Amino acid sequence: MAVIKLSEAKINFIKDVCKSFGNKPGEVINVLHKVQGEYGYLPAEVQELVAKELGIPVSRVYGIVSFYSFFTMTPKGEHPISVCLGTACYVRGAEKVLDELKRQLGINVGEVTPDGKFSLTCLRCVGACGLAPVIEVGEKVYGRMTPDRVKDVLAEYK
Amino acid sequence: MHVLVCGGTGCQASASAQIIENFQRILAEKGLQDEVQVVRTGCFGFCEKGPIVKIMPDNTFYTQVKPEDVEKIINEHIIKGRKVTDLLYMDPENREHVADSKHMGFYRKQLRIALRNCGFINPENIDECISRGGYEALGKCLTEMTPQQVVDEITKSGLRGRGGAGFPTGVKWGLCAKNKCDEMYVICNADEGDPGAFMDRSIMEGDPHSIVEAMAICGYAIGATHGLVYIRAEYPLAIHRLQIAIAQAREYGLLGNDILGTGFNFDIELRYGAGAFVCGEETALIHSMEGKRGEPTLKPPFPAVSGYMAKPSNVNNVETFANVPIIITKGADWFASIGSEKSKGTKVFALAGQINNVGLIEVPMGTTLRDIIYEIGGGIKGGRKFKAVQTGGPSGGCLTEKHLDTAIDYESLAAAGSMMGSGGMVVMDDTSCMVAIAKFYLEFTCEESCGKCSPCRIGNKRMLEILTKITEGNGTMDDLQELRNLAAVIKDTALCGLGQTSPNPVLSTLDNFWDEYVEHVVDKKCRAGVCKKLMSYVIDRDKCIGCGKCAKNCPADAISKTDYIAEGHKLPSMVIDSTKCIKCGACIAGCKFGAISVK
Repeated sequence: MAVIKLSEAKINFIKDVCKSFGNKPGEVINVLHKVQGEYGYLPAEVQELVAKELGIPVSRVYGIVSFYSFFTMTPKGEHPISVCLGTACYVRGAEKVLDELKRQLGINVGEVTPDGKFSLTCLRCVGACGLAPVIEVGEKVYGRMTPDRVKDVLAEYK
Repeated sequence: MHVLVCGGTGCQASASAQIIENFQRILAEKGLQDEVQVVRTGCFGFCEKGPIVKIMPDNTFYTQVKPEDVEKIINEHIIKGRKVTDLLYMDPENREHVADSKHMGFYRKQLRIALRNCGFINPENIDECISRGGYEALGKCLTEMTPQQVVDEITKSGLRGRGGAGFPTGVKWGLCAKNKCDEMYVICNADEGDPGAFMDRSIMEGDPHSIVEAMAICGYAIGATHGLVYIRAEYPLAIHRLQIAIAQAREYGLLGNDILGTGFNFDIELRYGAGAFVCGEETALIHSMEGKRGEPTLKPPFPAVSGYMAKPSNVNNVETFANVPIIITKGADWFASIGSEKSKGTKVFALAGQINNVGLIEVPMGTTLRDIIYEIGGGIKGGRKFKAVQTGGPSGGCLTEKHLDTAIDYESLAAAGSMMGSGGMVVMDDTSCMVAIAKFYLEFTCEESCGKCSPCRIGNKRMLEILTKITEGNGTMDDLQELRNLAAVIKDTALCGLGQTSPNPVLSTLDNFWDEYVEHVVDKKCRAGVCKKLMSYVIDRDKCIGCGKCAKNCPADAISKTDYIAEGHKLPSMVIDSTKCIKCGACIAGCKFGAISVK
């Protein structure tokens, strides 16, 4: 097992979350939701601690983290960008917007810019199909995106 | 007077919160806050023209309202009683303004049963729901009907599962009710994962109490006291509103112990999904709720026998539940009188893609695709040519012009090679490449396949490789046959519904767009201009004035000057080096003279 290098506060927070769900193995998904909600991602040390608290093997926790796309083991950028690749956005040209984002940020999907400012992910349907194609920067939704608008949107966060 | 402002996700993304704030602030400034009530409702459905503001009781429907328009609406409409004409919907045909939504093409052919309260009530206020008949059905069941009578009523109505497969809901309830057990579960499947579909979310956001009520009715019918909603974590607004609805129902004694003094106990908890499409399959969903990987298992045993925590469980989709209360209050015969012979009632569709009126619609079963696309949807965007409509998401298929007059129900869609699915309906025009669309869906399936059974895990991967090969211009005619072989094997041998239906997008496009596949394979051409590897960019040297803008825009330095000067021009024309060109299209976008084209 790797040496746990989490801060005291973090360890206590995770222990408290586990306790709030009665340390029940069946609640592991809810626990992970809460922990990721606080820290943005689930590195190996966090998974080891959750496994220990709930009394289940780390492999089971990792099995869940890797199975569900909502959970991630890489930290997000300061402004996480998600491009909707649902069908409605796809047929209205979401891929071109994604290509332009990749080009301007110089990163691929799943990566973070070297300065830690932006990260890029894809998601399936935000449900704002009327505004397709849609991207999200943090919580803000940008509808009717075009490759031309990418520069202006990024400029808002620079 | 009521001001109804759409608070669905689509309209929220276009500043509907700001609109509500402005209404409240300006009304208060004018001392009108007691006469005019501002209500944040669920989705009106007409997302294309959002944000929507509706003024009651005169039923005026304002579209594409901006926060700065609020003052005008208050001054003109609310104070002086004059409609703000330029914010009304304009009929695209006769270019006349329409004030009442009933007379708009988008709403005329719709029939709202599952969406009956969406856009009419404040979903965060149980009193508004009750005033429109909410919880009447639960009261009727608990005081006037036996559990068996409830099951019989639902069976008689002909209601079928709206999650896509169309299993008769009453029969499902009856099967579960037979397995008496001290602990049984009612589960609501709100894991809407089909990309391009947002029916369930809109119902939960717009009318959460109908789900709470229906789950309690189901609990009474099958003898369960626990309800669980499995909802996507990506739907924060729906989660928030369901939580409020459950808390309010508890406060009113409509959930909890001894409901309405009848001795019936029932309560509901939420469980969160974590982004796995396969969890829409009921056995996978149950495993996920138990805190495991969402992998499906073989049926039988069906959840009705051994479901959540190995106890008998009944799983229904959100939209199925939304139909239940109104069937109880209006009667099974009323419901069965709507729709087609084998598919009763209505279906909600999320209409999206290259269509004029994107939005959430509800139509009687048996409505034709033509009515949906041209009457309700207002036709194809930009007057382009209709090419295909995709229903059923990654499990469905693409239908073409020859299917436009098909009356849609579970059977007719299956016969045409697609399926009802949960209700995603994506319209495509001639800018969509059908091979690329098939590839798009397979990429989705490959990403979402849980990996448990090999036909789905490996078979779909092989199909995706072949499709990729075809879109890159390396396909052969044998590959097309191989696609069919693989599809047949996967359909027959995959473990769950996801795998068994995953080849549908490929099979239906092979059947309906065979020419396009052959074009990619034999002529190495993509007629829609989507498959980049099959395209080349060319400059018409006689149209090019030699301004050099394209060369400046080109990120790959693929454009240079020639020594040819066209007649009437002063500068030499440009040329694209196809070996360097990355086909990004930046040159076309920048050329004002229409000199660059894709071949």
